[in-house]
Amino acid sequence: MCDTCGCNITDGNRHLVSPGGRLAQTEDGRAAVTVLQSLLSENDHQAAHNRAHFDARGILALNLMSSPGAGKTALLEATIDALGDKYRIVVIEGDLETENDAARIRAKGVEAVQIATGSACHLDAHMVHEALHRLDLDGVDLVFIENVGNLVCPASFDLGQHLNVTLLSVTEGDDKPAKYPVMFRAADLMLLTKTDLLAVLDDFDTAQAERALRLVGSAAPVLHAAPRKGLGIKEWIDWIDGELEAQRARVAAGTTRRPAIQAEGARLHAANPAGGAHDHSHAHEHEHAHQHRHQHEHKHEHKHAHAHDHDHAGETGGGARS
Amino acid sequence: MHELSVCQALVQQLEAVSAANGGGRVELVRLRIGPLSGVEAALLSHAFPLAAAGTIAAGAELAITAAPVVVQCNECGASGEAAPNRMLCPACGGYRVRTVSGTEMLLESVELAAPADAGA
Ligand SMILES: Nc1nc2c(ncn2[C@@H]2O[C@H](COP(=O)(O)OP(=O)(O)OP(=O)(O)O)[C@@H](O)[C@H]2O)c(=O)[nH]1
Ligand SMILES: [Zn+2]
Ligand SMILES: [Zn+2]
Ligand SMILES: [Zn+2]
Ligand SMILES: [Zn+2]
Repeated sequence: MCDTCGCNITDGNRHLVSPGGRLAQTEDGRAAVTVLQSLLSENDHQAAHNRAHFDARGILALNLMSSPGAGKTALLEATIDALGDKYRIVVIEGDLETENDAARIRAKGVEAVQIATGSACHLDAHMVHEALHRLDLDGVDLVFIENVGNLVCPASFDLGQHLNVTLLSVTEGDDKPAKYPVMFRAADLMLLTKTDLLAVLDDFDTAQAERALRLVGSAAPVLHAAPRKGLGIKEWIDWIDGELEAQRARVAAGTTRRPAIQAEGARLHAANPAGGAHDHSHAHEHEHAHQHRHQHEHKHEHKHAHAHDHDHAGETGGGARS
Repeated sequence: MHELSVCQALVQQLEAVSAANGGGRVELVRLRIGPLSGVEAALLSHAFPLAAAGTIAAGAELAITAAPVVVQCNECGASGEAAPNRMLCPACGGYRVRTVSGTEMLLESVELAAPADAGA
């Protein structure tokens, strides 16, 4: 099962599964079953599968997160203007109700799939998977996922992206990382937006915003941009170029990258060169399941995880884990 | 507020655990939740009975242990507890720290009714 692959075992909980740990007791009349899994392991397996779709095609996938209206769609519009000739881009839009954002992206000549989440406050890996199968990914370089505007929930769900970009518009206040630590910890890049407004805001201190980010334990770089005014686009594009290059190197080496979310698991996988092969094997097994309905595939996926007990144990046996 | 969907995933796992261990009813579920996990223990407790209704886990007790945020300093090596938005080394005050604990969202253990009782 997933627990043997090591991705959920951290320095904080390892003692629970070591011999003599308190999870192996049996009480009278009851069978105490020890399991140690992320409650999101279903989502995580789907996310690994999505990532395998990207990696198989050398695509870099970026997840944009922010509070509502921080400028995610405006950033995408400016990005397409700057990069649309150089790269093939597709966009997945998560929105509670409307098609507005997807329509704005399509107006730029780029393919966009809208996921209407209804009342759900975040995208999950299953929703993104459905969207991926509505897109032609061949020849695509960049997939942008615009998450639902919400500074709480999106950070908890791995979608299969490689990197998280958390936008913070300067009108929201420089204390946001302190108020939403889980979201800002998940950032691989913090992008301060609407910086054209700094001139008229006397209380947003960009150095303070960066300090607040460091205090939630993030070493992510910080960039400034005002996409509507064409400011900071070059630095943003340079960052994307660098990350696309890094992604192509990973793909060539047969490895992958999980976003900053679930940092401990990513660290354990990174310490283990076979981690890439783990995701790769998902890709092969799952090509069969693609025509199935969502629920069927879900179950299939779970069985798959069980069937691979042995491989996972073998992979981690040579890694950093005891 | 996605605790209900988290509970639905939990119930799926409980069904799998039960099926793999003789099919007994789920009586007790132990979770370990850190403040950096993105779920609220109180909301989970409210959502769980809804997600479990009509399943093998209906009526099960949910026991949630709060994991502390623990950091270890990359500079001086000290480790200790920290606040989620003030993850500084407890010894030297540096911010180059590694998170040792606090991000967990774990199903620690499940107690099932003995399989012999399952039909009763
Ligand atoms: N001053 C200024 N305003 C901006 C900038 N970028 C976006 N805006 C404005 O901010 C508002 C929201 O922008 P969007 O791009 O729709 O924001 P979003 O994050 O996609 O919003 P949701 O998808 O609803 O969460 C619009 O009124 C934009 O014109 C900028 O660089 N400077
Ligand atoms: Zn938008
Ligand atoms: Zn697929
Ligand atoms: Zn949510
Ligand atoms: Zn220190």
